Amino acid sequence: MRWRWIRPVARRLLFAILLVLFVSSTAVLLARLAPGGIDEDLSTPPDVRARIRAEFELDRPLPVFYVHWLGRLARFDLGTSFVYGRPVRELVLNRAANTALLAATALAIATLVGVPLGVLTASRRRGLIPALVRGASVVALSTPPLLTALVMVLIASRTGWLPVGGMGTAWHLVIPSIALAFPVGATLERLQSGATSETLRQPFILAALARGLPRPLLLWRHSFRASLAPVLGVYGAVVGTLFSGSFAVEVVTNWPGLGRLMLDALFARDVHLVAGCAVAGSCFLAVATHASDVALGWVDPRLGASP
Amino acid sequence: MTRLGAALVLVWVAAGALAPFLSPNPPAAQFEYPYVPPMRPRIIDADGRWRAPFVYPVRVASLIERRYEMDRAHPVPLVWFSNGRLVATEDPSTPLLLLGSDAINRDVFARLLYGARASLGVAIVAGLCALIIGAAAGAAAGYAGGWLDDLIMRVADLLILLPAIYIVLALRAVMPLTLGFHQVFWLMAVILAVVGWPHVARPVRAIVATESHREYVEAARSVGAGPARIVMRHLVPASRHALVTQATLLLPAFVLSEATLSFVGLGFPDPTASWGTMLLEAGRNVRALSDYPWILSPAVAIILCVLGLHLIVGAGRSAPPLTNTSRIIK
Repeated sequence: MRWRWIRPVARRLLFAILLVLFVSSTAVLLARLAPGGIDEDLSTPPDVRARIRAEFELDRPLPVFYVHWLGRLARFDLGTSFVYGRPVRELVLNRAANTALLAATALAIATLVGVPLGVLTASRRRGLIPALVRGASVVALSTPPLLTALVMVLIASRTGWLPVGGMGTAWHLVIPSIALAFPVGATLERLQSGATSETLRQPFILAALARGLPRPLLLWRHSFRASLAPVLGVYGAVVGTLFSGSFAVEVVTNWPGLGRLMLDALFARDVHLVAGCAVAGSCFLAVATHASDVALGWVDPRLGASP
Repeated sequence: MTRLGAALVLVWVAAGALAPFLSPNPPAAQFEYPYVPPMRPRIIDADGRWRAPFVYPVRVASLIERRYEMDRAHPVPLVWFSNGRLVATEDPSTPLLLLGSDAINRDVFARLLYGARASLGVAIVAGLCALIIGAAAGAAAGYAGGWLDDLIMRVADLLILLPAIYIVLALRAVMPLTLGFHQVFWLMAVILAVVGWPHVARPVRAIVATESHREYVEAARSVGAGPARIVMRHLVPASRHALVTQATLLLPAFVLSEATLSFVGLGFPDPTASWGTMLLEAGRNVRALSDYPWILSPAVAIILCVLGLHLIVGAGRSAPPLTNTSRIIK
C-alpha cells in the first residue's frame, strides 16, 4: 500500500513525455516542411548553401534527420541555432527562464489581487465597491494583454515613469507582468467570487455563525479554505492563458522570452531552434499543469484519490 | 447587459458591412500630411455664427515637428450622400479625417471601418468553420461512442491543453510568409477553425451522448430513421444553445488572434486595413504612439467588440475551460 503513489506518478510522467515528444515532433516536421529557408535562398552562393545544409544536417531526408534529432534529444542535446550560432539548449534555457519569471510574477499579481477581491464581492452583495469590482472584472476580461501592454507603453512613454521595453531592472518587469495579469486576475476574481458565495450557503457556515464565530474569521479562514478547490482547478488552464498572453506581451515590450525566440526562429526557418523552443514550451506546460493538479489534490484530498 | 453587448457588436458588424458607404475616404488613399490630428465637425464658425456642418482644414505649423493648426479662415462644408458616401468634404483636396491620419498619410477612420470588415470577417468565417467541424466531430463522437469517441475527444483535449496562439503561429509561420489578401483570409480562417473546433465538439459530444438515449430518439429509430437523420434532425438541433454559446465565446478569441498574428507581421498583407495591421503600424514606433495616440484607435475597437461579445454570453461564463489532464491520461 505504501507504493500506491507510483502508478499515478508514472502515468503523469508518461503523459508529460508523450506531450513533449508529440509537440516537438510536430515542430520538427512543420519547420522542415516550411518553404523558404536560408538554405534555399538563391542569393546565397551554392557552395555556402551546401555547407549550411551539411552543417545543420538539412541535407538528410526527413526521417533520418528526425531519428538523429530524437537521438540527440535523449542526450539533452538540441543542436545549434544557425541564426544565433550558439547551442540551442543554452539559448532556450535562458529565454525560458525569462518567460517563467514574467509568468510567475503575473500569476502572483493576479492571485494577490484577484482572490481577495473575489471574496469581497461574494461577501457583500450590495454596495458601490463590489459593483465597481464586478464591472472592472468584466472589462479586464475583455482587455487582452496585447492591447493592455500597448496602452501601458503609450502611457509610460508619455510620462516617462517606467521603461517601455527590454529587460534589466525590476522596473522593466512592471508593464509586461501587469498587462499579463489583468485578464488572469479577473478570471480568478470571478471564480473566487462564485466559489465563496457557493460555500457561504453550506450548512457548516450557518453552524459556525450560530456558534458565534466572528464574520471575518469565518470568511477568510473557514469559507476560504473550502472555496479553494474550484479556483485551484483552473490554475492548469490559467497557465495556458499566461503562456499565450506572454507571447504578445513579449513582442510588444521586447521582453527576451521564449515567445519572441520562437517567433524569430520560425521566421528564419531555424529548424533546430524551433524544435528546441517546442521542447522547452511543452516541458513548461506539462510541469505547470501537473503542479496545479497536485495542488488540487492537496487542497481537496477527495480528488487526490483518483488522479 | 446582453442587449448592450449585442448593440456593441452590431455597431462593429454594421461598420464593417457598410464601410464603403460610411467612410469618407478610401482606406488606402494617401493624403498630404502624416499624423494629422482628428478633425471635429463644427456647426459654429469663428465668428460665433451657426451654419451647416463644416470642418476647418489643417495647415502646417511646423513640418519637422509635425505640428498642424486649423485654418479658421477657410471652413470647408460637408456634403452628404455624394459619390455613394454618407459624408465627405466638398473639396477633395482637404479630406475629412475624423480620426486623423496615420504615419503614411492615410485616413485612420476609414481604415478602422474597413479593418472591422477584415478582422470581423475572418473571425466570423472561422467561427462558422469551427462550428461545422466541431458539431460534426462532437456528434460523431457522442453518437458512435467507443474508440471513435475516444480518439476524437483525446485529440480535442490535447488541442485545448496546448496554448492556442502558438498553434496558430506555428501553422501560419510554416506557410509561405508573403501571400495575397484572399489567401491570407482563408488560411487564417482555416487555422483558427482548427484551434477552435474542440471547444465546440466538447459540449456537443456531451449533449449528443446523453440525448441519444432519450425516448424521442428511440422513437425516431423505431420508425426507421437512420443514424444520419437522427443526428442531423434531432441531436444537433438539441445542442443548438451550446453551439450559439460556444460560437460567441470563440469570436473574441478569433478577433484577438487576428490582431496578434497581424501584429507580429504574419497577418494581412500591407495595404489591407485590419485591426491587427493597424496595431502593427502603431506599435512600430513608440514615440509616434505617445505623440499621436489616435493611431491606437483599433485597440479601442477591439476592446469594445470583445467586451460586447463577453456581455452577450454573460461575463461569469467567460472563464477559461477547465482542463484536467487526467482525462487525457486515462
